[in-house]
Amino acid sequence: MLDFPRWKVASIWLTIVVLCALAIPSLIPQRITDQWGVSLPRINLGLDLAGGSYLLLEADVNDVAANRLEAMREQVQTEMRRQNPRIEIGDISSRGGRLSFLLRDPSQVDAARERLLAITGGGVGMTGQREWDIQVVDSSRLVLTPTQAGLTQAVDTAMGDATEVVRRRIDELGTREPTIIRQGSNRIVVQVPGLQNPQALKDLLGKTAKLEFKLVDESATPQQLASKQAPAGSQVLAYPNNPSGIPLIAVKRTAIINGDQLSDARMEFSQQTNEPQVAITFDSQGGRKFARVTQENVNKPFAIILDNQVISAPNINEPITGGRAQISGSFTTDSATQLAIALRSGKLPVALKVVEESTVGPDLGEESIRAGILASAVAVALVVAFMFVTYGRFGVYANFAVVINVFVIVGVLALIGGTLTLPGIAGFVLTIGTAVDANVLINERIREERHRGRSVIQAVELGYKEASRTIFEANMTHAISGVIMFLLGSGPVKGFAVVLLIGIATSVFTAVLFTRMLTAGWLRRTKPKTINI
Amino acid sequence: MRLLKLVPDNTNIDFVRLRGLAFGLTLILSVLAIGITYAKGLNFGVDFEGGLMIEERFPTPPDLNRLRQVVDAQGLGEASLQQFGDPRTLTIRLPIQQGADEGATNAAVKKVETAISQAFPGATFNRYSTISGKVSGELIRNGILAVVLAVLGIGLFAIVRFEWQFGVSTIAAIVHDLLMTLGFFALTQFEFDLNIVAAVLTIIGYSINDKIVIDDRIRENMRRYRKMEMREIVNLSVNETLPRTVMTSVTILLALGALLFLGGHVLRGFTAAMILGIVVGTYSSIYVSSSLLITLGLRANPTPEKVTRSGIENAERVAPRGE
Repeated sequence: MLDFPRWKVASIWLTIVVLCALAIPSLIPQRITDQWGVSLPRINLGLDLAGGSYLLLEADVNDVAANRLEAMREQVQTEMRRQNPRIEIGDISSRGGRLSFLLRDPSQVDAARERLLAITGGGVGMTGQREWDIQVVDSSRLVLTPTQAGLTQAVDTAMGDATEVVRRRIDELGTREPTIIRQGSNRIVVQVPGLQNPQALKDLLGKTAKLEFKLVDESATPQQLASKQAPAGSQVLAYPNNPSGIPLIAVKRTAIINGDQLSDARMEFSQQTNEPQVAITFDSQGGRKFARVTQENVNKPFAIILDNQVISAPNINEPITGGRAQISGSFTTDSATQLAIALRSGKLPVALKVVEESTVGPDLGEESIRAGILASAVAVALVVAFMFVTYGRFGVYANFAVVINVFVIVGVLALIGGTLTLPGIAGFVLTIGTAVDANVLINERIREERHRGRSVIQAVELGYKEASRTIFEANMTHAISGVIMFLLGSGPVKGFAVVLLIGIATSVFTAVLFTRMLTAGWLRRTKPKTINI
Repeated sequence: MRLLKLVPDNTNIDFVRLRGLAFGLTLILSVLAIGITYAKGLNFGVDFEGGLMIEERFPTPPDLNRLRQVVDAQGLGEASLQQFGDPRTLTIRLPIQQGADEGATNAAVKKVETAISQAFPGATFNRYSTISGKVSGELIRNGILAVVLAVLGIGLFAIVRFEWQFGVSTIAAIVHDLLMTLGFFALTQFEFDLNIVAAVLTIIGYSINDKIVIDDRIRENMRRYRKMEMREIVNLSVNETLPRTVMTSVTILLALGALLFLGGHVLRGFTAAMILGIVVGTYSSIYVSSSLLITLGLRANPTPEKVTRSGIENAERVAPRGE
């Protein structure tokens, strides 16, 4: 038990030196280590310490389903018309989460089914389940019902795309080191340290930025507008800035072009009115399409629609061939810049809602760090003093272990790229208190064994041996609650659990193995007949 | 150098004899804790209740009534103000804003901040958080799940490593500690938030840690003194481990004390919960769980398969302390 071969002593010291060395970068201010020109592992500070914003965004799954249904509706309409023979359909409806339509000629039912099979795609994933169920009702009506598997996959894809869009938008804001992670099936966690203006971020993320250009349906009567019943193939949309005074307008359902075909969007000032506006550039395909449609529809108005709201409905005075267009409306410089960013980064496939937010000002974070360091230092000092007056030399060994443990925890945390949060600091201080528990157990046991009349060597040996089992069991219970906290806790609590778990592991190493080595070395050197414990 | 001994050598307190008294006291306290929690309820933090929380720092301690008037004038629902450590730092809690979308909440935060910085020049915001009802519901569920899992996990661990009586008494001790903590939070109306759940889980881990040390000694003494009465074994074991129990509690309390006074106001509730838990946990390890073992009828000769080799080697070779 007290026999420590040279290699063992060497490897214990080596481990300690390496882990403590890993702690060094975290203890030096970032701006100094940055100058060294090498990237060193260091502890990340959580938002509650660094200041910044945490946002939990949630997508509405129903929204994804509705969008998908709408897309399928358009696809069905074009597909039935596009191929020869043309299949005439009517009474198309997307109520109740299903798409149903009537065939004018029931004899075409097989042909229609064939085409539906082609556009509803193959199977989903490995199981080959279909994305849509196709049913024939009364031999002339076709009903498309989304399958659960198809919907799940659609949500998954939408969330993947949405995460990318969120990342691009945040990058455009020029913030440093944002963290953007998908969580669960329909959530995204965004953490932006040191952000001064969370409002701008939220405004930006709240925009779906679905841009569409649609022709205005001039045949709609004021009555139809008022009752929101558009003529077939059209829809009524909100138009808050309508010069006619009615905040509604009817537009064709089918978009002539949409935001997916943009190559750039910039804020600029109008040359005529000097007001902020957004200049957009289509990609080559979009540009050609836009030129063709504007050529065909000269002197007709078209609507520029953002997130299902008409921003403006200018007249096409002449074909627009340069692939460029301006969106003007009542913009401010800020709102035009934001729209430009949103358009550049692509539209969100699904609207995101902020369901949880917390923002910590930078002053509070700095204060918390200062308070945390002070509390840790005082805690170490108190514990060290107490251990010394209680156990003398053995207390000093335990104290070495405590101090080394502090650095080792920092080192391990830096090594695994962990994040230190405010509760993490609490975990740190708590670990300082509990780390000596192992030494208390050992030392008390040695005291006992001495009382029972055992020799120094025997007492020390037995103390370590008997206490080790207890230490293992006691730490296991700590670890169980730590693991549960880690698995179920969110943000700050997770930070606490990480520090606690690391602390449990390192304190067993420093408090048991390391002090045993020191004690064994001392006993071998001096061979004391009696010990003061 | 004379070393400090918090618990004198050969301390021999008849803990078991006092257990009737302790059980009675524990029962009364537990009933009280349940009653208070039921009557007063817990002051749930924004993460469990949903809503919005703004923490502001003022250059001088503000007049609370005036501040309340300023916030109430915004028409955002009933505001509750809470002082946070020093008198210059205050939190303002508001219910979930109607309209439910983030726009309403954002507008509310902005409105309050503008109004406060107009009425109290120099006031700055420290932090704020908003949580929707849905998320707060999930947080509550996860919190409860975590505590239940921890209790079951540790109880299971105790049953696997020891006899079943240890598992049952362990769970009883945890429940006791939980009730006391809840009662404390209901009584003081300290904010009960997500961090407190973490503190509670830590308390569970710690309290059991303490208990396991004693259980371990009971098991060891059961093997060592096969003829001894169970109550004597429990008494001996608790007394033998008493120096350690006290020492460890003191070191942890020293560390937590530093955190309580110097660690900043954000962690204060968390630290207070933990300190309470340590005290309660120490009590429950000595009284609730160890004494419960006797009531549960733990027999003095353990099942052979749970006797380890080292236990047999040591058995009956050395006289107990103080004999």
